[in-house]
Amino acid sequence: MAGHEQFGEDLALYALNALEGEDRHKLEEHLASCTECRLELEQLRGDGALLALSTVGPRPPQRARKRLMDAIAAEVPTSRAKTAREMGRPRHSWWGWLGWAATAAVIVFALSLWKENVALKADFAALGSRASETARELEELRRVAAPILSNESQRVTLVALKTAPQPQGKAFYLRNRSSLVFVANNMPALPPQKAYELWLIPVQGAPIPAGVFKPDAHGSATVVNPPLPAGAEAKAFAITVENESGATTPTMPIVMMGAGE
Amino acid sequence: MAELYDRYSSVVYAVALRVLGDAGGAEDVLQEVFLQLWRNPGAFDSARGSLGAWLAVITRNRAIDVLRRRKPETDIEDVIVSVAPDLASEADRSRAAQKVRGVLGAMSAPQRSALEMAYFEGLSHSEIARKTGEPLGTIKTRIRAGLIALRKAFQT
Repeated sequence: MAGHEQFGEDLALYALNALEGEDRHKLEEHLASCTECRLELEQLRGDGALLALSTVGPRPPQRARKRLMDAIAAEVPTSRAKTAREMGRPRHSWWGWLGWAATAAVIVFALSLWKENVALKADFAALGSRASETARELEELRRVAAPILSNESQRVTLVALKTAPQPQGKAFYLRNRSSLVFVANNMPALPPQKAYELWLIPVQGAPIPAGVFKPDAHGSATVVNPPLPAGAEAKAFAITVENESGATTPTMPIVMMGAGE
Repeated sequence: MAELYDRYSSVVYAVALRVLGDAGGAEDVLQEVFLQLWRNPGAFDSARGSLGAWLAVITRNRAIDVLRRRKPETDIEDVIVSVAPDLASEADRSRAAQKVRGVLGAMSAPQRSALEMAYFEGLSHSEIARKTGEPLGTIKTRIRAGLIALRKAFQT
């Protein structure tokens, strides 16, 4: 700032957008050619930022976050030109000494960059959206497939305690992930308000509820990853008939049961 | 953007609310500032300062424009903010805010008032001079000295 003291106070006002009229014009002309004053202006803005950062207040309401994310999702790629129109006046012409030809060349170049930028941004957004969708689906598939495919799974076939017809259930249980997939076929239909309940019979302790299900018209049913306590060791799986809402202890009789294969 | 929002929305909202004193208006400014950043992330030059400080300045400027019902005064790409302390984390900002409040508390009441009127009310030095009945030159000096005092507090 040596030699520029006459602009010192005006720079402070300019940093706060509080300088008006002729003084503002003069300072902008000076800034166009004075790096020192431009650096001092950046510093003064930084000093002002400290003032802004000292404000305390309530956090923004939750809806503001959703509003922003919705707006971004709905946003059509906008041009820098549009942003400039909406948000700011034209940039100061500190490089006005350039000839018109050079200016035109820069504009053409900037326009081509902008077009590329807009196209890339749109592609990137679409790709990002598809990639995250695919990742979600893949993760869900892995979660369901893990107990069926894993060599560590305990495979249990459940059969009716009485002979015909032959309902059958298969439980795939991955203990270290507490993952369970159960598939049943030929299950007899149940009265209204009644459902089957699957039970994990642990090595020790009381039977653990492992999902309530109702067979479809063909007698088929599935239970996928019901909530289970971590690491419960299964001695067997069993099925009882319970009220639709399920039970916390099995109601006798046990209609199907199977131990590990 | 969600991550940036979670990190900086409280700063942006607090600044907008301080200037506007109106929750609805502050929310609009919050929305506008983050949309600008999303549309034009290149406007912020990370090599030249802290994003938190830049957002605080952009927000303050936009809120003042709203308060004074005028079109935006400055293109955001022209706003370069150089600030010494690292203000990346909430803890950093909280420490800085405490220090700033200490500096403001040590200023004379007329100086603090001139600085706050210029910064948070967007008054020009001539408007502040009219309001306080003090000479223009005195107001200019107070505003600059106030800003420099804040800088010095972070240089020691």
